[in-house]
Amino acid sequence: MELKYSSEETAFRDEVRAFLARELPAHLSSKVKRSQRLGKADIEEWQAILHKKGWLAPTWPKAYGGVEWTAVQRSIFEEECCAAGAPRVLPFGLNMLGPVLMKFGTDEQKAHYLPRILDGTDWWCQGYSEPGAGSDLASLKTRAVRDGDHYVVNGQKTWTTLGQYANRMFCLVRTSSEGKPQAGISFLLIDMASRGIDMRPIITLDGEHEVNEVFFNDVRVPVANLVGEENEGWTCAKFLLTHERTNIAGVGFSLEAFDHLRHIANAQKKRGRPLSEDPQFAARMARIEIDLEAMRTTNLRVMQAATSGAAPGFESSMLKIKGTEIRQAITDLTRRALGPYALPFASEALDAGHNQPPIGPDFANPVASEYFNNRKLSIFGGSNEIQKNIIARMMLGL
Amino acid sequence: MDFTHTHDRRMLADMASRLVREKYDIATRHKIAAGPGGFSREMWAQFAELGLIGALFEEKSGGFGGQGFDIAVVFEELGRGLVVEPFLANLLAGRLIAEAGSEQQCAMLEEVIGGTLLLALAHGEGAAFYDLAHVATRAQKGDEGWVLNGEKAVVLNGDSADRLVVSARIGGDVSDEEGIALFIVDATAKGVRRRATQTVDGGRAAEVSFGGVKVDSDAVLGEPGAGFAPLERAVGLGILALSAESLGAMRMACDMTLDYLKTRKQFGVPIGAFQALQHRMVEMLMEVEQLSSAVINAAGHLDDPRAVREWHISAAKNLAGRAGRLIAEESIQMHGGIGMTWEYALPHFAKRIVMIDHLFGDEDHHLERAGLLARMRHP
Repeated sequence: MELKYSSEETAFRDEVRAFLARELPAHLSSKVKRSQRLGKADIEEWQAILHKKGWLAPTWPKAYGGVEWTAVQRSIFEEECCAAGAPRVLPFGLNMLGPVLMKFGTDEQKAHYLPRILDGTDWWCQGYSEPGAGSDLASLKTRAVRDGDHYVVNGQKTWTTLGQYANRMFCLVRTSSEGKPQAGISFLLIDMASRGIDMRPIITLDGEHEVNEVFFNDVRVPVANLVGEENEGWTCAKFLLTHERTNIAGVGFSLEAFDHLRHIANAQKKRGRPLSEDPQFAARMARIEIDLEAMRTTNLRVMQAATSGAAPGFESSMLKIKGTEIRQAITDLTRRALGPYALPFASEALDAGHNQPPIGPDFANPVASEYFNNRKLSIFGGSNEIQKNIIARMMLGL
Repeated sequence: MDFTHTHDRRMLADMASRLVREKYDIATRHKIAAGPGGFSREMWAQFAELGLIGALFEEKSGGFGGQGFDIAVVFEELGRGLVVEPFLANLLAGRLIAEAGSEQQCAMLEEVIGGTLLLALAHGEGAAFYDLAHVATRAQKGDEGWVLNGEKAVVLNGDSADRLVVSARIGGDVSDEEGIALFIVDATAKGVRRRATQTVDGGRAAEVSFGGVKVDSDAVLGEPGAGFAPLERAVGLGILALSAESLGAMRMACDMTLDYLKTRKQFGVPIGAFQALQHRMVEMLMEVEQLSSAVINAAGHLDDPRAVREWHISAAKNLAGRAGRLIAEESIQMHGGIGMTWEYALPHFAKRIVMIDHLFGDEDHHLERAGLLARMRHP
């Protein structure tokens, strides 16, 4: 047991800090720090910078252009990026599809798609959920029927995050209705420019366009775009989930958000004293900080054990639940720290270049909106209740 | 950073685990707890022989470890067996002597490690609640030493200790950190009165009063008046130990509950098939993992500056309290009626887990303290 960074780890942290100080554009970190909207170009710009440095794919094998960092290095990188205000790297190509292709893809698929994920040619979105298939994902109905060298796809996907920017989708489709629901699912790669695809925005409770619904009407997909065997897509989906949950704890986000909360609670006053000194509020903060510090160590323990071969099962679901609970608790308390100034909301102030003076404290505007947006954390990626079912099944074996 | 134990520490944990598993079943434990003094001198001698007492002390004191992780792994295993031998009392008083004592005073630790001399810490008082600086017991300088007057409350294993480490005030107000002196007092000295009591979780304690107890100058431990700092360090080790012990007891309670959910049938199915119980079981398991991490953090930051060290100590104790109540109450609830019986092992674990929250600050005390320490760390 050694909780201090080794000299190599400290040197790595310094290297990451120097890189961020040098390469992270101020116009991007300024948006992140002020919770302003990031556009497609912003995200692509940052990913290109990381790619140039060779740091875009921390978990990929070097043979595919990855970095093969240790668990501790990945954690350092994540925490430093969050602290510096770097835009988040999107998981769809890098953490979800990439590992699936490496495991189940043909040589042609790997050679074609993996470099394009790294160099930003492709922006992938995820075609999993459907209006009738949320937590019960295996009940999905979008159908792919073989017609010569093509599948013909009909149906509807929903909650497609940032699909408006994507040129490709990895998609679960039904290729058979025989046997158990899981048995007839296939994993397809779909070009979003194909005829018959219609994407419509879903505006979320905070007024933002982050997710979409996607309609497929006789969309022709080459059979060569099937990953793995036909009707074996559930295997890919399950494999993908374990990788999606790499970094699911979101420790870096929480540490940064808690720092921000501390700043706000010091600035806000209650009866003339900093809110952070109010016994009730201080206790609420202390409780979150205690949970966060413990979770940070749990996360590192799990990640380090995973590197040394132990399978993350129970642990990854636990990290999803705890990590999202803590992130939600932080945004909840940040909202409460504002008092009445949680109410005023100028949506236009979330755009870069907005130069009107703020209403209330300069940190106030995005807080309540973020609180509402973060309710998604315990719903997506397998709701926290589903995660508990998964853990219970593993523990009880019933 | 590395989250694996060294080979030596794994050996220590395995040895403690084996001893508890093979020699400390629940029936034996009850028998020992009901016996004279509430623990077994034979068992204590065995623990000493195997080096489990020595593992709590540093080499310079004649021990074989004494690091945070040594304390944590030993106490986690003690928690799994609900061991009643006076490990905590001797850790607290012994490490306080090691911390503040002269070479001559530290020499007695050899007997402590050997299991032949028993210590207890007589510090807490009835009006102190969990305030560590609260000391109303007074020490007055006399011609040939000091005279102690006052009353100490719930002195763990104070009934059977040979020597007591006693805190007494020589200056300042009743809850000032300044002005606390520490003394090593023979438990049978004239004027020391001990009223022994059983505790609800199977242990022993004593109410100890000091009525004009005369001690020599060489009984003073460390700098008179500067006793708070070593006291805080020693109690910090005690809190780490208790948090780890609680963790071990919680792991046992969870194992038993998980097992019960798989085997107990109602409505024709194992009750673990019910989602209402599944999700609560998962909550318990998650909190145990959180506590496990907090114990690691507390053990690993003992040599850090005070605000960091004590923050992690309070974090561990707060989580031990919170997780403890959840697991104690839920494991009894999910067992139903059988969880209410003396005959069954589970409730004894639950009792110990909850009572640990009453030692050296409960979850509320340590939540408030963590908040204060956090503001010291981030002014």
